[in-house]
Amino acid sequence: MDIIVCVKRVPDTNEADIQISGNFINTKGLPFDVNEWDKYAVEEAVRLKEKYGGTVTAITIGDSESDDALRRAFATGADAAVRVSDDIFNGSDAVASAKILAGAISDIKHDLVLFGAQASDDGYGATGQAAAAILGLPYASLVIKLEADNGKIRATRELEAGMNEVVELPLPALLTIQSGINEPRYISIMGIRKASSKEIKVLSAGEISVNTAEIGNNSGTKTEKLFLPPVLKQTEFLTGSVDEIAVKLAQILKDKGGTF
Amino acid sequence: MSGIFVVAEHRKGVLRDITFEMLKKGRELAGASGESLTALVIGKNTGAFAERIAASADTVIAIDDPKLENFNGEIYQNILSAIIDEHKPLLIMIGHTAAGMDFAPGLAAAKNIAITTDCVDLKLDGQKLTAVRQLYSGKINAEISFKPAESYIVTLRSGIFPPEPSGTSGKLLSAACPDFPESAKRFIEYIEAATGTVDITQADVLVSVGQGIGDVKNIPMMEAFAQALGASLSCSRPVVDRKWLPQERQVGSSGKTVKPKVYLAVGISGAFQHLTAVKADIIIAVNKDPRAPIFNIADYGITGDLLQIIPKLQDAVLKLKGGN
Repeated sequence: MDIIVCVKRVPDTNEADIQISGNFINTKGLPFDVNEWDKYAVEEAVRLKEKYGGTVTAITIGDSESDDALRRAFATGADAAVRVSDDIFNGSDAVASAKILAGAISDIKHDLVLFGAQASDDGYGATGQAAAAILGLPYASLVIKLEADNGKIRATRELEAGMNEVVELPLPALLTIQSGINEPRYISIMGIRKASSKEIKVLSAGEISVNTAEIGNNSGTKTEKLFLPPVLKQTEFLTGSVDEIAVKLAQILKDKGGTF
Repeated sequence: MSGIFVVAEHRKGVLRDITFEMLKKGRELAGASGESLTALVIGKNTGAFAERIAASADTVIAIDDPKLENFNGEIYQNILSAIIDEHKPLLIMIGHTAAGMDFAPGLAAAKNIAITTDCVDLKLDGQKLTAVRQLYSGKINAEISFKPAESYIVTLRSGIFPPEPSGTSGKLLSAACPDFPESAKRFIEYIEAATGTVDITQADVLVSVGQGIGDVKNIPMMEAFAQALGASLSCSRPVVDRKWLPQERQVGSSGKTVKPKVYLAVGISGAFQHLTAVKADIIIAVNKDPRAPIFNIADYGITGDLLQIIPKLQDAVLKLKGGN
């Protein structure tokens, strides 16, 4: 089974005090990582390859800094990597990114295409499904379990409130992978370093099948500005030493919570 | 070109809340822009749904076909594509839900209609649409504009627009189901989560842990603290994804909605899928980041290292208890 998996390098903003600068956030000093959902997708691709044979090709959009994301895919077990990179990609929205990725994917042999269900930066949760429509592939989104059998994929989709849905698709197909589908293997810095000698194929807009009048700043949507979310609730922050805070909070739990 | 269309959502014979939330926002936009509000319900036996929805829309178009018994995103795309060609709506609103996320992006890509997803606000000024959505798990908001076009598609976040009956009595139209090619995707079955041994929905007090606890080895410490407090232990999605706790403990839109008296969130940053499922009288949050979205719903906040705070808090609680 030949599998393509799309990955994205994102800033880790979990504990960061994010600063806005224009239509972007200031990423200076922020650690970068592979989008969490994509880690699950890469792991799933490699597991399928280990079980059924075939190849795994990782694809990303971005400048050379995004090579990190591809090296991590190599370290997980990918066989090839493609980075599509062009200044005219800047400003692409979810559908435009899907058009770019679909352009790269259509030139590579594939039985299965995997995307992370969403990215932790933009959070569109849309790129994979849009790519499926562009590629004309049957698809399933938010997949938390999958089994391949006889040219078919049986995928469990996560719905709301603990409900799941099982669907069956013929290959070739596209799936968007939800977090928790597997336990991604540990990737050491050493493993990523070892992958640095592997070849990453770099393609520009002219080398893939994409209409440049529909991507980048010609996307259907544009980010006009970023701003901090309005504060909806006045939280009372407890201050003092750790001991003082603990005593205050215990008293609140007793008085207001009536918990003991 | 004209009109606001809301795609109703239903599953297993039940209309989902997001339908009425979208109609609420759709009504507001329609009122401000002079557009009409149309609800579209697609499925099998949609008549009863259409009647209920008519109280919140100017027109309801019901498509009823036995082949539409189970949701299939590909078929939704084909049907909606035909409806868009026929009616040319200015705005199509879809839920940012497991169903809406499944078919909206592909519909937009196939029809070359601009889309933005997971919107928390929308403004319609004449034919000019502006959306607000969140980036970086709710830490930043973005204002999104659309390139001028005949139609736009948006998906709306659940739980943001509380519905209210608008008391209209909309026109009911039953439309013939447009022809659609057979889908390669086949529905097999629904699977409901197994009932676990602990029911966090019944707890009066919940200590809920997130990724911020750092390691599975800190779970016993949190369990001990919950026990000292007389609380049950619940968690956010990343904790389940990492298999630190079983899924039955998960608070969130894909897990459980909880209604305790006290909800103590420890190391939970507060993705909206989590926040929307917490309906507590008092919410207390412990987190390193003072701008974590969890503080948007918290009554009391503590910023600092939870590994230092929790043992001290446990001591303080036990001391107060001992004094009773």
